[in-house]
Amino acid sequence: MPSNARNQAQTTSVSPASRRDRWLRLASLLVFVLVWQLGALIADNHTLPTPAAVLARIWDEVASMALPGHLAVTLGRVVVAFTAAMLIGALVGMAMGRWRQCDAFFDAWLVLGLNIPALVTIILCYVWFGLNDWAAILAVAINKIPTVIVTVREGARAVDPKLLDVARAYRLSRRTTFLRVYLPQLVPYLMAAARSGLSLIWKIVLVVELLGRSDGVGFQLNVFFQFFDITGILAYTLAFAAVVLTVEAWMLRPLERRLTRWRG
Amino acid sequence: MLEIQIDHKRYPDRGGRPHLALSGLRLSVRQGEFVCVVGPSGCGKSTLLNIVGGLDRDMSGRVDLDGAFPEDIGFMFQEPRLMPWLSVLDNVLLVARAADPRAAAAVRERAVALLRAMELGDVLDAYPGRLSGGMMRRVALARAFVNEPQLLLMDEPFVSLDTPTANRLREMLVEQWQRCGASVLFVTHDLREALALADRVCFLSSAPARVVLEHEVELPRPRQPGCAEVGRLQEALLARHPDLLGGLPLAGHARANCEGDAHA
Repeated sequence: MPSNARNQAQTTSVSPASRRDRWLRLASLLVFVLVWQLGALIADNHTLPTPAAVLARIWDEVASMALPGHLAVTLGRVVVAFTAAMLIGALVGMAMGRWRQCDAFFDAWLVLGLNIPALVTIILCYVWFGLNDWAAILAVAINKIPTVIVTVREGARAVDPKLLDVARAYRLSRRTTFLRVYLPQLVPYLMAAARSGLSLIWKIVLVVELLGRSDGVGFQLNVFFQFFDITGILAYTLAFAAVVLTVEAWMLRPLERRLTRWRG
Repeated sequence: MLEIQIDHKRYPDRGGRPHLALSGLRLSVRQGEFVCVVGPSGCGKSTLLNIVGGLDRDMSGRVDLDGAFPEDIGFMFQEPRLMPWLSVLDNVLLVARAADPRAAAAVRERAVALLRAMELGDVLDAYPGRLSGGMMRRVALARAFVNEPQLLLMDEPFVSLDTPTANRLREMLVEQWQRCGASVLFVTHDLREALALADRVCFLSSAPARVVLEHEVELPRPRQPGCAEVGRLQEALLARHPDLLGGLPLAGHARANCEGDAHA
């Protein structure tokens, strides 16, 4: 069989093991819903609504366009904060991994950034820059940047100097060296930072909205909390988690698979 | 074609003290000549190639390429050093130079033809991780020749391969060298390999290395390290210069004649 056809066959066929894993994931989800249903039946009060009640609430909120509106606002903040955190974190991480002096200079800042509670950053950003979207996004990005730096710095330290020597020996341009020799070695680290970043950022965005915004899922959760509306809280949480999981499953994972397909 | 004059090359040893690797080393390679450099382990053979290839500029002395551009140098390292995320063809194309964008198709054709000549036509789209050690060396050899270099630097490129594979690679190397007429500076610790490949063999002393003997090889081609003539020539050389590969520097800078040594 020609190598092209063989490679294609290997990437398109689904092995029995991965089919079994898929069934296990589905079974795990069903067990979770079942346990929730049982818990709701046993508790029998409004602090733990049934899955069906939550689904019905999601439907109502979608029909009234309240949920899509708040979701869109929150997603917008997530996207901007995520992009800013990844860009700044990746650049600083590469610099710290590449130059020892840069690492020595910024290391103390990094330790500080990793250990300041998210809540403190959010409060300070609102106090210093006002209760506006940019302060909210800045607070989220500041919370995420240190973790991106740590991951990318490890990647930059692990870059194989022998491959960079090949680029130097053949006089490749800086651009080609960066894009085709250096950056591909960082891809696994960038993807790890992106995936962990997404899960962290959307949680922080909700806190930021809860504390100082007048729209978004976090703001709505606060409203529901004031009225002790647990069904509303779970409906918005589930809807937003579903969107984030979809982004993870349909964008980040396929992108990672595509970029690391050479690993076989 | 190539004139090397290295007065001093120092680098810090494990204790941080300056270690003199090369001292008073003079070496020249004529246009189209195949020169092998042989010396004891750790004497500075790879350092010499790194200096000529522009990977190490921290030395006193000069390297004169006689009008050739640094871009006209091909480099084959001890390990294949292929980019694992690029296909076989893309690894070769990564370093291939096109005079202008319209020449890109011609460059691609040249790369494919070269890979076919290396018996790699079936794996053009495969990733290096799927190849055997011998196949990866062939890709590295194709990469070294793709720009039809004026000077080819080779740092023990066939080390740790089994004998038939290494012999086949040597045949391919000689074929390509004779086709494109490049000057070759080939570093090895294997005297038989040097005698099988070279027009001239230069022997280095132990560190600080300098050339202590040059020997013109006048055996007819094709030759292999295992052939009787090469064996006899090696024995004759070592009988005449017993300290040659023992790590002890020889007095003077002798120039031996192939026939005279071979029949000694």
